[in-house]
Amino acid sequence: MAAVLPHGALADDAVTRPGQHTWMHAIVRWLCITISLTFLAAVLLAPLATVFAMALGRGLAAYLRSFADPDTLAAIRLTLTTALVVVPLNTVFGLAAAWAIAKFEFRGKSVLITLIDLPLAISPVISGMVFVLLFGLHGWFGAWLQEHDISIVFALPGIILATMFVTFPYVARELIPLMQQLGNDEEEAAITLGAGGWMTFFRVTLPKVRWGLVYGMVLCNARAMGEFGAVSVVSGHIRGLTNTMPLHIEILYNEYNFVGAFAVASLLTLLAVLTLIVKTLVERTGYRRR
Amino acid sequence: MSFRKASVLPGFGLTFGFTTFFLSAIVLLPLAALVLSAASMHWGDFVRVVSSPRAVGSYRLSFGASLLAATINAVFGFIIAWTLVRYEFPGRKIIDALIDMPFALPTAVSGIALTTVFAQNGWIGRYLEPLGVKVAYTWIGVTLALTLISMPFAVRAVQPALQEVQRELEEAAETLGAGRLYVLRRIILPTVLPALLTGFTLAFARAVGEYGSVIFIAGNLPMKTEITPLLIVIHLEEFDYQGAAALGVVMLGISFVILLAINLLQAWGRRRHVRAAH
Repeated sequence: MAAVLPHGALADDAVTRPGQHTWMHAIVRWLCITISLTFLAAVLLAPLATVFAMALGRGLAAYLRSFADPDTLAAIRLTLTTALVVVPLNTVFGLAAAWAIAKFEFRGKSVLITLIDLPLAISPVISGMVFVLLFGLHGWFGAWLQEHDISIVFALPGIILATMFVTFPYVARELIPLMQQLGNDEEEAAITLGAGGWMTFFRVTLPKVRWGLVYGMVLCNARAMGEFGAVSVVSGHIRGLTNTMPLHIEILYNEYNFVGAFAVASLLTLLAVLTLIVKTLVERTGYRRR
Repeated sequence: MSFRKASVLPGFGLTFGFTTFFLSAIVLLPLAALVLSAASMHWGDFVRVVSSPRAVGSYRLSFGASLLAATINAVFGFIIAWTLVRYEFPGRKIIDALIDMPFALPTAVSGIALTTVFAQNGWIGRYLEPLGVKVAYTWIGVTLALTLISMPFAVRAVQPALQEVQRELEEAAETLGAGRLYVLRRIILPTVLPALLTGFTLAFARAVGEYGSVIFIAGNLPMKTEITPLLIVIHLEEFDYQGAAALGVVMLGISFVILLAINLLQAWGRRRHVRAAH
């Protein structure tokens, strides 16, 4: 092969130039595009198409009927409730963490950033398990909680905690590098000119980072609504009570209710498509992930 | 104050305090509970749980399939990133946006969809069945699911690095008579190697912990198609919290060691790259 420069390449009458092998470039180009598209079609597009094919397999009426199931509606409600609690909390956290980390110099900053990113490196099952170890029946606070008739695991608080854990870094890790890069000049000018801290935050910082914020919140929401492993561990799978949409999909699927399972899955797939659209639109404003 | 540098901006106390409080409450204390639960076991019990044949079988599958998936993604991720960066073709922008689909798609959805496509009578499975290839409910299915969910990591890591490869360098080499393979081996691959390793690491880390998409396609037979996260769930369902915590600690430990090794490899790659540039 062309492992070494061909002997006398420069001395030859016909000097090799780029473009001379255009037919070879064309073959490589065609090969690359074909391999990429085939791979993506097999592992990505076929499964996506299957979701809708299976959901609509028995016709539109059956598809729509599956949403009339009270357990399905309860699952949708629970997922929305969870996201409505988790996303705002993690957004506030992300803004606070980014302000502290990007605006100030202090010791141990890189450790703090690493710790914030930690949940991304941990298996969802372990993320759920930690709350079972703390609040489960045989957990550290299990007996105490039972005495006071408070349920965390196998109830809404546990689902919220587990979801919060897995989506914890999503907003912060968008905002921290963005704020660091945009610098403090405008904020310092605003403070020097007499603006208060909150005013500076709302009138100067927030508009500067708004696209990063949207980006982080959208990804956080997608993960919060779609989380399976962590929530599965803490939920207890009580139908109509502690089943989120992804958990409900599992139950319907295992009962061979494929139309029902894929109907719920189709909603989550549409959510994923919507997430990608918002993400692409944000990127079109010139926002780049760092 | 030595802890932090002076600044005219207000709000350090509030935001730093809130950040550390929230981080400790939601992430650090729960994780400490995990480690302490495992640490409170008798050493003998701990060893018995984590070295049982069923546990060892699950490590083999979890880490083996994840390594395989990360390798597949390194290869296809490079080709896909190359295609997206270097070629113009109809639908390129849509494909580019679709790469992130596995991030946005809930794992349970990828799980049931992949299983349906690759089951015996599925769209693709029915063509593999006569060839004697069984995907669903075997280790191949596990690898496939892990490949899907970790694919964006590899592509997204390599893409910016490929954009940075200096085209002038390639053209100069070709003008001097180097063939495409030579250019690929000596100019392009060295430039993107660190990014490729990063993508590999991230894909691997994500795949090892994956649960949702795998349990549908795996079949979940002990010793054969049972991943470690599932074994943890089984221990939890039997209220064996300590056993679950022990397995969790082992998983964290092995992942940590592998990531550390790959990070060292990466640092070595960077050093080599810098030296070669001078």
